[in-house]
Amino acid sequence: MNRLTIASTNQAQVVVEGLYKDLERRIVASPPGLCPVDMAASFLKLCHAQTCGKCVPCRVGLSQLEKLLEDVLTGKATMETVDLIEKTARVIVASADCAIGYEAANMVLKSVRGNREDYEEHVHNGRCTCSLNQPVPCVALCPARVDIPGYIALVSKGRYADAVRLIRKDNPFPTACALICEHPCEARCRRNMIDDSVNIRGLKQYAVDHAGVVPAPANAPSTGKRVAIVGGGPGGLSAAYYLQLMGHHAVIFEKQPKLGGMLRYGIPNYRLPRKRLEEDIDIILSTGVEVHTGVSIGEQMSVADLRQEYDAVYIAIGAHTDKKVGIPGEDSKNVISAVEMLRNIGNDVMPDFTGKRVAVIGGGNVAMDEARSSVRLGAESVCVAYRRRKVDMTALPEEVEGAIAEGCDILELQAPTRIEADEEGNVCALWVQPQIIGPVGRDGRPGPQKANKEEKRVPVDIVIVAIGQGIASQHFAEHGVPVKRGVIDAMQTSGVESVPGVFAGGDCVTGPATVIRAIAAGKVAAANIDEYLGFHHSISCDVEIPQARLDDRPPCGRVNMAELSAEERKHNFEPFECGMTEQEACQESSRCLRCDHFGYGVFKGGRVIKW
Amino acid sequence: MVTLTIDRKQISVPEGTTILDAAKSSGIPIPSLCYLKEINEIGACRVCVVEMEGKDKLITACNNVVEDGMVLYTNSPKVREVRRTNVEFILSQHDSHCASCVRSGNCALQTISNDLGITSEPYEKFLTHTPWKKDFPLIRDYAKCIKCMRCVQICDKVQSLNVWDISNTGSHTTVDVSHNRRIEDADCSLCGQCITHCPVGALRERDDTQKMFEILADPEKITVVQVAPAVRAAWGEALGLPREKATMGRLVAAMRRIGFNHIFDTNFSADLTIMEEGSEFIARMKNHSLDRYPMFTSCCPGWVRFLKSQYPELVPQLSSAKSPQQMFGSVIKSYYAEMLGVAPEKIFSVSVMPCTAKKGEAELPSMNSAGAGQDVDLVLTTREIVRMIRAEHILVEDLPEEACDLPLGIGTGAGVIFGATGGVMEAALRTAAYMVTGKNPDPDSFKEIRGMDGWKEAVFDLSGTPIRVAVASGLGNARRLIRALRRGDVHYDFVEIMACPGGCVGGGGQPIHDSEELAETRAENLYGLDRISNLRFSHENPSIQKIYREYFHQPLSEKSHHLLHTDHEAWEMPSAPSLELDPSEYLW
Repeated sequence: MNRLTIASTNQAQVVVEGLYKDLERRIVASPPGLCPVDMAASFLKLCHAQTCGKCVPCRVGLSQLEKLLEDVLTGKATMETVDLIEKTARVIVASADCAIGYEAANMVLKSVRGNREDYEEHVHNGRCTCSLNQPVPCVALCPARVDIPGYIALVSKGRYADAVRLIRKDNPFPTACALICEHPCEARCRRNMIDDSVNIRGLKQYAVDHAGVVPAPANAPSTGKRVAIVGGGPGGLSAAYYLQLMGHHAVIFEKQPKLGGMLRYGIPNYRLPRKRLEEDIDIILSTGVEVHTGVSIGEQMSVADLRQEYDAVYIAIGAHTDKKVGIPGEDSKNVISAVEMLRNIGNDVMPDFTGKRVAVIGGGNVAMDEARSSVRLGAESVCVAYRRRKVDMTALPEEVEGAIAEGCDILELQAPTRIEADEEGNVCALWVQPQIIGPVGRDGRPGPQKANKEEKRVPVDIVIVAIGQGIASQHFAEHGVPVKRGVIDAMQTSGVESVPGVFAGGDCVTGPATVIRAIAAGKVAAANIDEYLGFHHSISCDVEIPQARLDDRPPCGRVNMAELSAEERKHNFEPFECGMTEQEACQESSRCLRCDHFGYGVFKGGRVIKW
Repeated sequence: MVTLTIDRKQISVPEGTTILDAAKSSGIPIPSLCYLKEINEIGACRVCVVEMEGKDKLITACNNVVEDGMVLYTNSPKVREVRRTNVEFILSQHDSHCASCVRSGNCALQTISNDLGITSEPYEKFLTHTPWKKDFPLIRDYAKCIKCMRCVQICDKVQSLNVWDISNTGSHTTVDVSHNRRIEDADCSLCGQCITHCPVGALRERDDTQKMFEILADPEKITVVQVAPAVRAAWGEALGLPREKATMGRLVAAMRRIGFNHIFDTNFSADLTIMEEGSEFIARMKNHSLDRYPMFTSCCPGWVRFLKSQYPELVPQLSSAKSPQQMFGSVIKSYYAEMLGVAPEKIFSVSVMPCTAKKGEAELPSMNSAGAGQDVDLVLTTREIVRMIRAEHILVEDLPEEACDLPLGIGTGAGVIFGATGGVMEAALRTAAYMVTGKNPDPDSFKEIRGMDGWKEAVFDLSGTPIRVAVASGLGNARRLIRALRRGDVHYDFVEIMACPGGCVGGGGQPIHDSEELAETRAENLYGLDRISNLRFSHENPSIQKIYREYFHQPLSEKSHHLLHTDHEAWEMPSAPSLELDPSEYLW
């Protein structure tokens, strides 16, 4: 008689496992703007299918909840129904025996509390407050609303210069974005429903790498209006580009010796080579933008002067000031701020870290840039001290993995407590307190707590502080530009409410964010400054978009971009990402589902041809 | 040229042709349902699917263009199964009580279902029942809506109003008033273009025929009815009458059979409008109130609603003249009541209009100048008068033609062209030229502004003064024109705007022909009537001369101000929602 058998999965289970994967990808590709009640009801149905049926609240209660949500959706509910849903969910949360029950009810509870307004709209008017207002997912998620299906179609036809022209309609930094954009467009790509998102950034890179020099379109006739732009970063340059195209004269005041803002002074050459950045800037300047570098608004001139002299002012100063950790010893020699170090590198002043032991404090992309730059500057060892876990880092996972591959040591769950200096005041060690990961906080992230372990001494020669940047907003506050919690208080239209003619956008309004958001802010500002100046210019592009192909779309893997090996790349600041081959670009571009033509896109929101 | 094979037949068509058009051009009709050329090419209904050789998924013929070497099948077993099943799906969400539907016999869904030989519905029915304000001039029946999106597209792309939109998501998706508004709170112009482009009975005008029959049965009421110019060019279509038989005279005869007491012609009050509006224009020119912005015509209530909701600051530029319908209404209950020697309260004033907005206009609180209730008590659309004729089982084809009653049944050729885009302007210029110079111009000297273009402009010399005029039809064109005016790109003195493309002939109350625009054909009919008319100047209408002699004395007199003019600010119109993006500015 056998006592045990080896567990094997049966065919039915294999199919279901496959469907789970399908569903996971489908949820990833969920379009924005779905009815929260409908989603709660649908999720609940799935959750309920998981119940074992043993305990009453889960078996019966979830059924009743399903029925009540259906009543809300079909217009049979009253306000009492909504209250009953909340009560029922509360009871199940409180009394179901296992997580299958209480977590299912918790989802409903979150929904009915978080979206109560929408439940009420269903009850009172039989409809939802939500609507699918921008249904091409990649375009909807790109802050600058770049016509992504359009340029992918152009890439697939080999029309790279047209692709660049089309991108520039909404984003004058096609090259910079091809190399370093965080590509929010890929997050909900509908292709996920079949296999995986389209490598959009990779295709853009293929386009810019093969387009040659694509000149800017002609400017509209001069309006005689002059707009001052404070800050020559991606936001300021974007605004300047579109204002020039509209016929206004844009004058940029940049504090640093060179243009580019964080693209130059925040992002290392190996991610965005300077000469590639110049490609975008050259085209922008070719429209006739006037540039004054080395001019600090607040020192040489005031924003009030600008307001007097110019017809409008756009403040796009970014977030370039240091933030301190606030631990003892931070003023020791060789404690460097990330901003300062990257600024020096941007100005081609390369520090020599040969033989030095470097510790970086922080867990964001800037911390990774610092760590990886330190490796390239010859550091003997580089570690990154972070108080949470590696998975909690806000840096992109590929940046963290890249840093590790290049030999950086990630000290996770290590909170820096003090910096120890030798008798000459030079850093000699970073002390860290080990942490234990703990309960999830209000921000939804698990927080670190002090572990019952001894403080640790990490012997180092250099400490780089990369825990975020602040905004030099004081001067503007002094001149009547409203500032709230350190950021400039501008509206969604980028206008500054109390100061007509003054606009602001980008990092100095949102706090440190992404390049594409700064570009989008510049675009919004240009449009609204144009209106403010009494014009209605529009920016458009006459590139004709190829017809969607009518092929079947069988599943096909996503082409990822190759990188040079860690050993090859870590000794220099040269770029290490290898663009796609023609074969790869061709295949990858054919994976695009053309949501501008199929589905809701062809009905509404397929293409905004001008703005 | 592109060469392809459809149903084993090799054909060549120009590049960029859709599969649907390519097949049609070679004698292979592919059925469609949601498709509306250039307006709604969204592949929603999946009825026009075809099979492409070597491909698993079927493709829609309406919005995909031919490719060289394509091999297509329009009736393969797969296409047949898919097409039929999709129609069955649509039927499962459609209230198909055809016997009590105004669109029975003229319904694209009924046609495709009959064509496919569907005799039973295999899927369980799920119908949406959402309440609607039943006394509103425009009625939506959610249970009949097949979500083809044509109404959304017409309102967005042609009328630029975005009154309709998708509501809810997922399986609960339907079409509803946009921005979660109720229709009575929306900036709907009531143009009715959504009705005339609805393939089924989901959108219709409020039916007032039964109310009309009740009034006709009331011996205490004297029914006085006016018939608008554009009605005569279209009413016969729905009765299968050939155009030469579908005359005004035969319509008058049919209406006499139904029992209307006094039958008049809105052409008369169109002429009256010209006298008032033409004089007003000359006066406004003289006092420089048109230096910045032109005077706008005010005869189209859809346009007036549009202007009030979208550009309220321009309302003072509207002519204060009432529309011909409302001028007629107040004349009937004053001048004509006196003439009949009856109390105006005994008169029930009716109009037959190509228009749904006219129902709304007649109900405005300010439209009661004669002091006997509303000046127009009831408005029937062309479709409704046709339904009344059918309900009475009148064999119109056999009826001898009859004339309108006198004296208000006389109109001129200038009045009849009111029904077509440019007609009001042309009629006004004919009389304005006379008013300024004292002699009649050649009646065809303003024909430059005829035709179906959505935005026409011309400059005419009026005794040494150049008059810059523009004519637009369709509210999207109106919006473009106003934008250009506000930007200062264009300058006009006098602008005619009609809400419906092509003017009233293309009105939202006219007979419906799926996927067919008949405004141009109907307009030709009206211009033909003008051409053969003995009277082609409003000021030469003897009844007009008589009414001024006996009653109004002269245009813009105190009495005409009281009865023939109106204050456009005297009623509230829901304003336009403030949108971040203006739908008409963007090509969706």
